[in-house]
Parts: sequence; C-alpha cells; structure tokens
Amino acid sequence: MFAYYLRLAAVSLRGSPLVSALMVCAVAIGIGACMTFVNVATILGQDPIPSKSDILFAVQLDNWDANQPFPTEGGAPTQLTYLDATALMRDRRAHRQVAMAQSGFVVLPEGEHGRPFEVRGRATYGDFFAMFEVPFLFGSGWDRAADESAERVAVLSRQTNDRLFGGEDSVGRHFTLQATTFRVVGVIDDWQPVPRFYDPVGGVVTAPADVFLPFETALAERLPTHGNINCFKPFGDGHEAFLASECVWIQFWAELPSAKARDEYLAYLNSYVAEQKRLGRFERPLNNRLRDVHQWIEERLGGIRVIGLLLAVGVMVLCVCLLNTVGLLLAKFLGKAPEVALRRALGARKRALVAQHLVETGCIGLLGGALGIGLTWLGLRGIDALFGGQIGELLTFRPNMVAIAALLAVASALAAGFYPTWRASSIAPAALLKTQ
Amino acid sequence: MPGSILEMRSVAKAYQADVVQTHALRDVSLTVEEGEFLAVAGPSGSGKTTFLNIAGLLETFDAGTYWLDGADVAGLNDNGRSRLRGEKIGFVFQGFNLIPELDVFDNVDVPLRYRGVKRTERKRRVAEVLDVVGLGGRLRHLPAQLSGGQQQRVAIARALVGEPRLLLADEPTGNLDSATAAGVLELLKGLHQRGATIIMVTHDATLAAAADRAIELADGRVATGETRA
Repeated sequence: MFAYYLRLAAVSLRGSPLVSALMVCAVAIGIGACMTFVNVATILGQDPIPSKSDILFAVQLDNWDANQPFPTEGGAPTQLTYLDATALMRDRRAHRQVAMAQSGFVVLPEGEHGRPFEVRGRATYGDFFAMFEVPFLFGSGWDRAADESAERVAVLSRQTNDRLFGGEDSVGRHFTLQATTFRVVGVIDDWQPVPRFYDPVGGVVTAPADVFLPFETALAERLPTHGNINCFKPFGDGHEAFLASECVWIQFWAELPSAKARDEYLAYLNSYVAEQKRLGRFERPLNNRLRDVHQWIEERLGGIRVIGLLLAVGVMVLCVCLLNTVGLLLAKFLGKAPEVALRRALGARKRALVAQHLVETGCIGLLGGALGIGLTWLGLRGIDALFGGQIGELLTFRPNMVAIAALLAVASALAAGFYPTWRASSIAPAALLKTQ
Repeated sequence: MPGSILEMRSVAKAYQADVVQTHALRDVSLTVEEGEFLAVAGPSGSGKTTFLNIAGLLETFDAGTYWLDGADVAGLNDNGRSRLRGEKIGFVFQGFNLIPELDVFDNVDVPLRYRGVKRTERKRRVAEVLDVVGLGGRLRHLPAQLSGGQQQRVAIARALVGEPRLLLADEPTGNLDSATAAGVLELLKGLHQRGATIIMVTHDATLAAAADRAIELADGRVATGETRA
C-alpha cells in the first residue's frame, strides 16, 4: 500500500500545486533557518582547545576605580595594565604565561618589486605558540631571549607567507614591517580556534593575526594598539605616561597544569596585589580572578546563553513555519473531505486514511527538507559573508547535518500533519457523500 | 439471519440539533433476500438517505437490530464496519462520486486496494467489470472526459468490482437525462438478472416500478410495501 499512497501523494500534490509549493516552502524555510542557527550554535559551543581548556587561565587583576567596579561580570577588568602584565611576565610563576595585545601595521616583501599591504598583528611572548598549541608549517616560535632583547623576529600566518614569499619556506628570510627589517622564524599552518577565546575583541570567529611579533619589540617600534583600551582616570601625555597608567589593554593568560599550580598562582597574584596596594594602587577590595577557557567563554561571550538563544531562535522559526504548514494542510485535507468520505464508503479503514495522509505529509517534509538543505547552505554562506568570508571552512554543512536536516524535515512535517490527518480521517462519510 | 442479505428489526435513528430532536427513522423493519431488487421510495425528508446510510454501515443507529449477510452490525466498531462494508457492500451514488484526479481504471480499483487484492487479480477484475458496464476501452480516461452516463457506469463498475453481496444505489439516475437514465436502469436490471442483490433509493415512481419490490418511507416509517415479481 505504501507505493499506492506515494502515488496518491504525487497526484494530490500535483492537483494543488500552489498550496503544495507553499507548504514545501514553509517547511524549507523552517528547516533552513533552524539548521543555520543550529550549525552556528554548534560551532560557537565547541571547545576551542579541548586538550587544555581546563588548564589555561585568563588572569584578571582588579586595579579599577575605588568608587565603581569595572562593568563586567565579577567586577574585575578583563585586561591588565602594562605595569602589571610586564611584572607578571618578569616573575614567570606559571608553567607558561603570555601577555599580548592586538596591533596593525604595513608590511613590505623583500626586493624592489613588492607592494606594501596592511596586516593584523599580535604582539605577544614566545610561549604563545606552545601554550595555545599553534601548528607550524615552517620553523617555530621565538625563544625567551628574543622576548627579553626585543629582537626583530616574526611568525607569519600561512596567508601572509603566501603573499610575502609565495608560500615558500621563509624561515630566515626578511621582510619590512613599517620601516624596520624583521626576520621570519616561523610560519603557522591553518589555525583558527573558534570561538577565539584568547582575545574575543574584534570577533569571536575571526582568524588569528597575520603577523606575530615579540611584545617588547612592538613597544620598541611604537606599533599601535588595535584592541580595547579602558581607563578610569587621566594619565597624562606621551607613550611613557600611557605605559605607566592604570589603563588596561593587555590580555594575560597562564598555563597552570594542576589544581595546586592554580592555587599557588592565585596566591602569588594576591601577594602581588597586596604589595601594589602598599604602593597606593589597587584601591578596590581584593578581586583577582583566574578563569579557565570555559568560564572565560561563558563570562565574555555569554557562552551558553548565546548558544541557547541561537537554538531558541532556530526552533521558533521552525515552529512558526510548521504552524503555517498545519494551517495549509488542514485546509487542503479538509478540502478533500468528500474524497475521504468516499474512500471510507469504499472500505478504507481509518488507519489506512491516516497512513495515506501521513505519506503525503512525509513527501512534503522530504521536499521541504531538500529545499531546506539548500537554504541552509545559503544561510551559512550569508553568515560567512557577514564575517567577511573568514569562517566559510568552519561552516561546512557536514553529511551528518544533511541527514539531521532531512530527518528533522520529515519529523516536523509529520508532526505538523498529524492534526490535519486526524481531522480528515475522522470525517463522518454519510453527510458528505450525498452532497458531492 | 441465515438466508437474508439484510434484516432490520425496529431500527430507529434520531438526530439532535440544539434542543430539537428529529426522528429520521422510526421502527423500521425490513428483510431483503439474496437476489432481490428492492426500491425504497418516498418524498424528501422521509428517511430514505438515512436508511441507506445505515444499511451501508455509514451511520450507526440508535435502537433495533440489523444483520448484514448474517452478521450482527450493532456490535461492530468503526474498523469492523469498514471491513464489513468493504467486503459486502457496493455503493452507487447520485453524484457518481468519482475521484477526478484518478483515471477510470484507478477509480474502479479503489475498493480492491483496501481489500489487499493482488495486482494481477485487480487488473483482471477491473477490466472485467468495465467490460460489463460497456467501458472496456476507456481505462485511462479521466472522469472529466466522460459523459454523465459513462461516469455513472464507472461508479457502478466500482461498486461491482469487489463482488459485493449487496449493491446500494442512491438515486442512481438522479443526475442523468432520461435517455441516459434508462440505460443505467437497464444496466442495473441486467445485473439483478445475473443475481445481484440491489437496494435502490429513489423518489422516481418509474424507477421504483422497475424493481421486484418497492417500499415507501414516510416520516421515517415504512408506509407501504408491494411485491411485484
């Protein structure tokens, strides 16, 4: 009978092409929107560094205004001052630690024919690459000596290496950054943790920097800072005044492999702040914080809340579309009431009519699902475009998602079709047969 | 009851609309023997259609007893009635009630589908009954491509294809011109002569006269009965 019901479904769908198309489109839009949001939520909800997410900690010190807390959850600034970041780097009490800030500058390839172009930079310390498990295509990061002596060395992204050196192994070669010559020590392979937990300013799904260079080198070159700078009081004029100010602009991460290491590091931070209090700084109550990757994402990005919201929006759009489908199916099936009555008179049991209508509904779901997969693909491309085409690879519509979309489409259509099917198959045939 | 195709005893049916109760059938008792051609006549509102619906198991009744080919109908649930209806009864409606999107073959095929008859058997039986009603060459025509008389012949073929024990015809010529109606009536008479048991509801005295026996319903009761054969 299934083949017969399929034939009847095809006849019925062809018989009312406009209503059929509307229902298929409603299911498709619902599936497309839902799967797009689910896909994005899945990406945002993933652990960006599973092997280390519980041992990497964002460091927060509360140096803020005595009269009002920093306006974030926990009340402590999310970045550090130059004074504190460099002090913590000097002490090196963690297994690994990095201070870092975003920058931006112009680079120029070797030779006379190269054209300068702008890149996004990250001023950091040599531990960055090992701490965040950055894969290298050529070479490696720089060593501590390079950090301490502010050497003119750099690590390039694969894309920047392609532009500067045609994708060759460029380790040991030179390029010009602003007006200074830098030596390449490494080229990183494709690496894009999502969300970009270590510094979400500028976008949680944007690619890492094009050029990495030592923090002290960036300062010595007076490279600009492109991230957020927050100050609660004036600091005077000039670069030195800025560095000596209470302005926060440096992200600081520590790798603490055990609970003991974490406790010891927090004690160290507390003792550091206590010392600073004696010097007249840190006027607020002690509020030093260590947040692991999950806690950090939750606090900074609203982690679960954002993902929950995305999922809720997706499900709501699907529900609205399904409600429309219910209305259309109800109109269509009740419009076929005389045929249903006739089939009842000719010996069809109620369950046979239920099966017939559910097969038709399932076909609508399948067609809607197929179209919905196409719409999901378009939706993901649209989101990629919103992020400047940087996350296309992350938004791949994987085969399991196609299967989920198809199943969801059929299940949704069947759910939407259940009430109309039940109503249609419950029609008392006697009254309708006379009036045909 | 053994021997009878239809046996009703004191069957009653009332419809409740708000505070008004309408008695559509009152104390109807009737026996139809195998091979009989019975006409049920009566004016509009006399209860003919209600009688036909109850006889065809499309409606339940409030009181009385009804045996269809020996089966007590009163105790059957919806599925049981559907099964019995599919096995024992063929319907011919005034408005033909063909499914417009299906061709002649598929329209006639519908009752067999619900009986689970195999494909080859279905093809044989559909072709056979369409030959009986004179439409053997129109298998792939849609209803809209047929005249009214031809559509009613298709409907009769559909009623016959399941080889029912009882054929119920509700004003079978009501939508046809007199010449076409005469042809359909001749077809029904021919089927009766070949052994079919037919109950035909009509308000047309001429049509009723063609049956072996005619009864008249008035105000939901059997008013008169007459046997001619």
